[in-house]
Amino acid sequence: MSVLAVEARDVAKVYRRFLHKNQFRTLKSALVSGSLLADLSPGETFTALEGVSFEVPAGSTFGVIGENGSGKSTLLKLMAGITRPTRGTLTVRGRISALIELGAGFHPEISGRENVAINGIMLGLTRRQVEERFDEIVAFAELERFIDAPVKTYSSGMYARLGFAVAIHVDPEVLLIDEVLAVGDEAFTRKCLDKIGEFRRRGKTIVLVTHSLGLVEKMCDDVLWLRQGRKADQGDPKRVVDAYLTYVAGGEEALLALDHGKAPEGAPEEVPSAPGEETTQGYREGRWGGREVEITQVRLLDDRDRPRHVYTPGERLTIALDVRAAQPVEDFVFGIGLFTADGVSVYGTNTHLEEFEAGRLDGPAEVRLALDDLRLVEGTYLLDVAAHRRDGTPYDYHRGLYSFRVKSRIKDVGVYRPAHRWSFAGGIRLSEPRPRPEIDLHDDE
Amino acid sequence: MIAQVRTLVRYRPLIVSLVGRELKARYRGSVLGFFWSFINPLLLLVTYGIVFTYMLRAVRTPDMEPYLLFFACGILPWTWFQSSLAESSGVLIAGGNLIKKVLFPAEVLPVVTVLTNLVQMLLALPVLAAFLLYHDRLHPTTLPLVLVPMLVQLVLVLGLALIVSALTVHFRDIQSILGHLLHIWFFATPVLYSYEGITSRTMRQLLRFNPMTHVVVAYQETLFQGTFRHWRGLAASAVVALVVFALGAWLFDRLRDTLAEEV
Repeated sequence: MSVLAVEARDVAKVYRRFLHKNQFRTLKSALVSGSLLADLSPGETFTALEGVSFEVPAGSTFGVIGENGSGKSTLLKLMAGITRPTRGTLTVRGRISALIELGAGFHPEISGRENVAINGIMLGLTRRQVEERFDEIVAFAELERFIDAPVKTYSSGMYARLGFAVAIHVDPEVLLIDEVLAVGDEAFTRKCLDKIGEFRRRGKTIVLVTHSLGLVEKMCDDVLWLRQGRKADQGDPKRVVDAYLTYVAGGEEALLALDHGKAPEGAPEEVPSAPGEETTQGYREGRWGGREVEITQVRLLDDRDRPRHVYTPGERLTIALDVRAAQPVEDFVFGIGLFTADGVSVYGTNTHLEEFEAGRLDGPAEVRLALDDLRLVEGTYLLDVAAHRRDGTPYDYHRGLYSFRVKSRIKDVGVYRPAHRWSFAGGIRLSEPRPRPEIDLHDDE
Repeated sequence: MIAQVRTLVRYRPLIVSLVGRELKARYRGSVLGFFWSFINPLLLLVTYGIVFTYMLRAVRTPDMEPYLLFFACGILPWTWFQSSLAESSGVLIAGGNLIKKVLFPAEVLPVVTVLTNLVQMLLALPVLAAFLLYHDRLHPTTLPLVLVPMLVQLVLVLGLALIVSALTVHFRDIQSILGHLLHIWFFATPVLYSYEGITSRTMRQLLRFNPMTHVVVAYQETLFQGTFRHWRGLAASAVVALVVFALGAWLFDRLRDTLAEEV
């Protein structure tokens, strides 16, 4: 019934990689080796998109999610007409404005005023239209005072603001947005979102490529999830985002598990921490101690006693240590420490602090600590495990060698999430959040 | 080729703004500003003027007097030709951001380069005209005819600029090779000397294959000599120019898809 703004039929994009040994070939070498024609014809290929079909009805907001390198930006470039699909058809109806890189066409030497004029024309306005909208654009970018200064004197925020202001005032029928809302301060981001909201109300079509899943859930009518250039799922934002989160969690699981496999055997050495996070100076990973008692294996187990490295708040996490004493030992303490990715202590305890009396340890044994209710906010956590004497002399100390991740749909902040409940009384009305189960990370469905 | 000309016409407002921007940006922030555009030809003019006035006086033929004026009539179009090609070799790489991020026909960029340099030449023409007038060499009858070689040159330069800009994306060393090539080309074009004055038959035959020969000679004739006898040669150049333009348009279109990926 409704008109389609974007229609993709079996779209594929194959990037032709020219036969580069070095990054830049030279004409000289091409002539010498007689490979001029060969060098201008494609060598190996790289498939960025394959068999992608979808429709975006006019007036709807369409989200595209996926990991880095999944083909999102390629898809956007195809929709913008910057590149053409290798196979399949892709039609976009109506005037397009693509917010792929803000202020991409700005020339640093000339003033903001002149750049607005040229950028506007570049994006498809006439000179007249630019003049008519000029004041509005400048006001939106909040750059009245600087509009006559060369843009090379602008801060990157000012630059992006002006770029966004021009692009949004082109008044497109189809607006393509690629992860550009991350620029500028909070207030400006707010303003951009408001403007996008206004676009939605006015019945414009918006295609949003983003990593911000919250934004997708909030704004989009329909979501496409790309995985390695193919359509993994499409449909209701909540459902697709959930599926995507579960998939990503699975991927992280594999990554963290990989990390575990690398627990070093030898003297203290550096081990890569959880992906993407940096530990601060004071907290360095390593392993040390006399090994009279050795921690031979550390496992993180879920409530079904299966190894897992991604948890949701409130789940049970069991830390299981396989230990071994070559000679019988009577002075021993086992402890654990929990740290955030940037090395801030979250919690630490040991058997001595909790007043267990060490008796005797001989040969292999197992020590388990169950955290029945993991009340942590989303994030990556590092784990210390140790066996030492009562006076602190280490037998085997593993610092930050293990990590796990807590994933949550609720983006609360801090470290600790106490059990809590909101209640309201009097002249206040809030609608309850729709009940949604936390992500189920058990991988047996 | 027709389609490309149509695209260029459609993007005319953009091209006009970009040429304006290019001219403004070029001189903003420099002390001499706009006069920079004269300095390069002026320096050449003075250098060769001294050489040919004091050292190589003997090689000058009567049709080259006053020598500086004769030289100026050739060096202006040559500067347009040379700067356009030298600059267009890097223009797609420099404008990579535009090609990759904005829906934008890439051929606009070399075209803007060529037109910017054309405008610079046009700005220098009144100065030349003033000097011609001073020496009483301004020929009102043939002066408007200068538009003919200008048009032929425009087509030729556009074609070459399309070829050079698209190929440089794939072969970066074209930029440096081009510098040397243009240097040789300069001496193979009758800018310093008069085509009519060449005594060696072989050399004359050779120079006839250079399309720029006829263009420059036509400039010299219409501006300086007050004649337009060389139109046959110019017509041949025009044919070559059209072929080069068609070739450039075809090649650029062929490589278009690879441009956004390679720059």
